[in-house]
Order: sequence, then C-alpha cells, then structure tokens
Amino acid sequence: MSTSVTGPAPGQDVPPVPPVSSEAAARRDLDADTRRNLYATMVLSRTYELAIVREYHADKGPGFDIGKGLVPGEMHLSAGQEPVAAGVCAHLTKDDAVTATHRPHHFAIAHGVDLERMTAEIFGRETGLGRGRGGHMHLFDPAVHFSCSGIIAEGYPPALGAAFAFSRRPGNRIAVAVTGEGAANQGAFHESLNLAAVWKLPVVFIVEDNEWGISVPRTASTAIASNADRAAAYGIPGERIEDNDVEAVYEAAGRAVARARAGEGPSLIEVATLRMLGHFEGDAQGYRPELAEVPQHDPIPRYEARLREAGVLDDAAVEQIANEATSRVEAAITFAKESPLPDPAEVLKYVFAEEA
Amino acid sequence: MTSTVTTPVRRLNTSKAMVEAIAQEMRVDDSVVYLGEDVGSYGGIFSSTAGLLDEFGRERVIDTPISETAFIGLGIGAATEGMRPIVELMFADFMGVCLDQIYNHMAKIHYESGGNVKVPMVLATAVGGGYSDGAQHSQTLWGTFAHLPGMKVVVPSNPADAKGLMTSAIRDDSPVVYMYHKGVMGLPWMAKNRRSIGPVPEGEYVVPIGKAAVAAEGTDVTVVTLSLSVHHALDVAEKLASGGISVEVIDLRTVVPLDREAILESVGKTGRLVVVDEDYLSYGLSGEVIASVVETDVGLLKVPPRRVAIPDTPIPYAHVLEYAVLPTAARIEAAVREVMA
Repeated sequence: MSTSVTGPAPGQDVPPVPPVSSEAAARRDLDADTRRNLYATMVLSRTYELAIVREYHADKGPGFDIGKGLVPGEMHLSAGQEPVAAGVCAHLTKDDAVTATHRPHHFAIAHGVDLERMTAEIFGRETGLGRGRGGHMHLFDPAVHFSCSGIIAEGYPPALGAAFAFSRRPGNRIAVAVTGEGAANQGAFHESLNLAAVWKLPVVFIVEDNEWGISVPRTASTAIASNADRAAAYGIPGERIEDNDVEAVYEAAGRAVARARAGEGPSLIEVATLRMLGHFEGDAQGYRPELAEVPQHDPIPRYEARLREAGVLDDAAVEQIANEATSRVEAAITFAKESPLPDPAEVLKYVFAEEA
Repeated sequence: MTSTVTTPVRRLNTSKAMVEAIAQEMRVDDSVVYLGEDVGSYGGIFSSTAGLLDEFGRERVIDTPISETAFIGLGIGAATEGMRPIVELMFADFMGVCLDQIYNHMAKIHYESGGNVKVPMVLATAVGGGYSDGAQHSQTLWGTFAHLPGMKVVVPSNPADAKGLMTSAIRDDSPVVYMYHKGVMGLPWMAKNRRSIGPVPEGEYVVPIGKAAVAAEGTDVTVVTLSLSVHHALDVAEKLASGGISVEVIDLRTVVPLDREAILESVGKTGRLVVVDEDYLSYGLSGEVIASVVETDVGLLKVPPRRVAIPDTPIPYAHVLEYAVLPTAARIEAAVREVMA
C-alpha cells in the first residue's frame, strides 16, 4: 500500500521512524473472522473461474472454435484479481450497488450474486439471470443491485445513477463502480469522477490495474504511474494499493465506503492486481514476457500462508473452505447444465418492458 | 345536458405544453426529476423546462456538467433503481459523445437482463434544422435512434401531442426518446408555423405511444410524415384541396413502435404514397414506411411511391443551401403532384 508516510523534514533532528507496513497494521487490526472470510471469498471465486475454464474448454474442439460448446463466446476470467473484489465487497450489503466490467465474476461472487442463476446465464439457459440474452459480460442481479458492462469505463456512469437514487432516500446505501486501468484513459471515467465529485455522490470508484489492456502494457498506454493520482484532479481522495494485498484493499475500501456512507462524496482506489489468465480464454499471451512468472504471484496461496502463520487457518479450515467452494460451484454448474435452453420462439421478448 | 357556457379552448405553444406534462407528472411522482445542460435557471435552450425550477427547485430540476456520457448514464442507473428521470440531450446531434450509454446501456439492459431490470427513463432531445445552425446542430436523427433496438422514439408535431406523449413517455417502463423539433416549439426567437400554438387539454392528458394520427383526411394521396414536416404537409394539403387534390396527412407521432396499420389503412384508401422525412434519405424512416407497405401488399400502390427527405448530405449552413435540402412545402407539393400525374 502506498499511503505516503510523512517523514521528518530535511534538517530536522528527529530520528526516522520506520513506516509501519500495511501487512503489520492489518495483522493488528483485522479480526480472524474477517480474514477467514476474505480468504474464503477469494477461494470461492477462484474455484468458480477454474471450473469455468474446465467447462469452457471441454467442447471447443477440434482445435479451438470460440463459438462452440456449452459455454460459447468470449470468456474473460478474473483469476488473480480476487483480492480486489473480496476486499471491497466485504464492506457492502446486498442493498449497495456494484457495477462491474467485462471481467465480472469475482465481483459478482463477492457481492453475492445468485451463483446458480449467474452460471445458468453463462451457460445461456432460460433460468439464467438474463434468460440467456445477456451472457457473461451482461450479468444483472437486481436482488443485490449488481450489473456489469462489456464496454470499457461505461459501467461508471450507471453507478452514479444508483448512488444518485440512494442519496435521495433514507439510509446510507452506496454504489461501487469497477473498471480496469485501461479505462482510466476513457472519457467516461473522467466525466464520472467529476460529476460524482461535484454532486458528492456516494460512490467508490475502483480501478483494477492488472497491467494489461488486452496485449498493451500499462506503461505503453498510461502517462502516469498511479491512476489514483487522477483523483486529485477532481478533489477527491485517491489511493493506490500495491502487491494485490487483500487486507490493504479491505482497509482502503473501508475508508472509502465510510466516506461515501457519511455523505462526504466519492473516492478512487487503484489496486495493483494480477491477470493470471489471458485477456480471454484462448489468448496465448505471446505478448507477455513475464508469463512464466505469473503463477508464483498468485495471491491466494500467499494469503493462505499468511493466515496459517497467523494461526487463522489450519489444514482443516483450508480443506473445509475448499470443499464448500467446490460444492457450491459444482452445484451451480449442475443447475446450469440441467436447466432448459431458452426458446428461440421467444427471442423477441424483453426488447421492451411488458405493458402493465 | 349541454352547458350553455363554453369555456374557450386554451391554446399553448408546444414548449409550454411539454413543460405542463412534466410538471403534472412531477407533482404526483417524486421519482421524476429533470436533468440536463441549462435546464435550471435558463429553462432549457429550447424552453423545454421553462418554469420548472421555480416550482420544483434544484433538487429535481438539475443542471449538469457538459458530460453527456456521465449524466445520461446517471439517468440510466437512477432508472434501474426505481426513479423516472427525464434526461435532456440538448441537441440530438450530440448523440456522438454519449451514444454508448444510449444504445448499449439504456436500450439494452432490459433485454440483456431477460426483463428483470427496467429502465424507465425519458431521453428528451431537440432536433431539426431550418435556422442555419449548420451540420452539427440541425439533424433529426430519429432514424438512427429508431434503428437501434430497445428504445421507443416519439416525435410530437403539435402542442397537444407534445403534452400527451410526454405524459406517456414518463409513465412508460421502457426508455423513451422524446424528440422535439425546435421549429414546432413555438419559440419567439425562431420562425414558426402557426400550428406550433394550438389547443391543449388541461389536466392529465395522455397520447398513447405507437399510435399515428390522421392530421388531415383525404382520398387521393397519402402523405406519411412527422414532426415539423406535418405542418408543411398540412399547408400543402390545404393548398391543393382547392385544386381538387385530396391529400391525407398521417402524422406518425411515434417512430418506434411504428403504427404500420395506420399507414396501410390510409394507403389502402388512396393508393398513392409520399413519405416526407426531415432525416437523411437513405437507410432510414422513409424507406421503412415504404417497405411496410410493399411487404404487406405490393398491389396497394397505384403508382410508385415518392420520398421527400434530406438527400444524404450534411445539413448546409447558408439559408439557400439549407432550404435546398429540407423537406419544404414546395418539395412536398411537387412530390404529391408527381404521384397524381
């Protein structure tokens, strides 16, 4: 976490105080239940993505035909980015809104989207969240105010609207808007930050910096090192979390969510995270020189080791969390596979709302 | 018993009629708000919100930054959370800076969600030329909006319809693009047809979306049109009536969903069709209207149909050039005479 530590001014005769690492601070502050829950959310999300990898590639052959199989189409998976969703959504209730991206599964899962209906949507079934009309980039679960958009940065503006509606009603509900780092170069990003700031809307803006806009590295697309610095342009707090650190995300999100709930306006958080898989499934990632090293940066084993060391997890707990995740994910996939396909005769339905 | 005292029919211009509908809905529904550029103190560049700020205050009549993507998207998000926002895009021509929110979000969310998420918002926008505002401020573009599925598109031509269609648009559970022609608003600073001031019912008034109106009955030729061109078509109908040509004028009022039955009924009667459209000629509404007729029964037409539209050029600035491409009364009359020849 890059929270700046104010040191003694030059020439001052004050002994330097070593900065407190966020990890140490988190260890002090976070209780065991919270840490276990963060870990369990990450494991559930990863288990889900790996199961989707399995199902997606099961019947794409011979060769690889993107339009074939039980799960056709583009598939953008979030493995490696779980710390962002887990750390942010831990502060939300189902009454808060989340708008996610074309890579939405981890946020959907962390925010409590109905796993069975989400999976059925990804499998293009009638029981899906969108009755097979949306697909994995277009998941809408109004029960938890979740939506996502396949268009870079364009999920930000609707989050403002949710926040606008919430701010006019009793309660202190907020909206969380998620994009990737590539989106910070889009107009929608800047329009949204400005409007949310000028109207003090209860929004938390999240940027997932996975370093890659499909094949273009961040350094080739973005003029500054931290998109959190862009918050200064709109007079709002901005914070960048390094190292894909779930507890640092949790703490920063806690501050931003509290500020939003208190009616003090929006905040921007960028998280340095990790795209462990391709932009989409089938992407060979030949453009990625560090590819061989990616697995060793996997945030989940790292966090597990940390929690074992802290005595929060042991073999039994890890196994239980893994088993619960597998059981939920496989149940969702079974539900999807056993659900009926949508009826082509009804393809014209839902273009417009039904007349009352 | 019929009252012996007749109340004079109240006449309003189109902008006042539109505002009246908005105010009436805002009074009965807290979730209706109006957002856009210069909609507060200014009252809308084309008087779309005149007086609303005074009655409803800055919490409900809200000036936005010049950030159409952000504030249209905000309207979408507010609508999905149960509000009924009216969001103004100052000129339809500005769709280019915010189209993603309009066609990829506002128009598609209901479908993508399998009907689980409604987007009950109105996108109000000014259209049309005729006052030398150049190529980026004079387009109608309703054909472009209409081509993209998921939004209803309404285009009132007169004060009463402006009120009734606004009431319907606000109450509709689907997104509705409400396109008001600057030339029918009755603005004191722009040339206007006399029909831009007309009788408007008091109180609640609803014009159903998707229903065309017979603006003038006739038997020889059908002119299908909308918006300001209705006025020109009615002028032509009046002129030609004395010369023995009976023109029926169909005011579409709604582009999506298109009232094909009304078109077919009229053409079935006259056998002659002229479509007048202040939008670009090709790939648009005029072709759609003709296709609707010939796909139903190619024998309905006694003679080939004619189209009067913008001939696929940007709208020029100089008055003489602009009026060379607009669907003027003279061009409409020539087309009617052609199908009657």
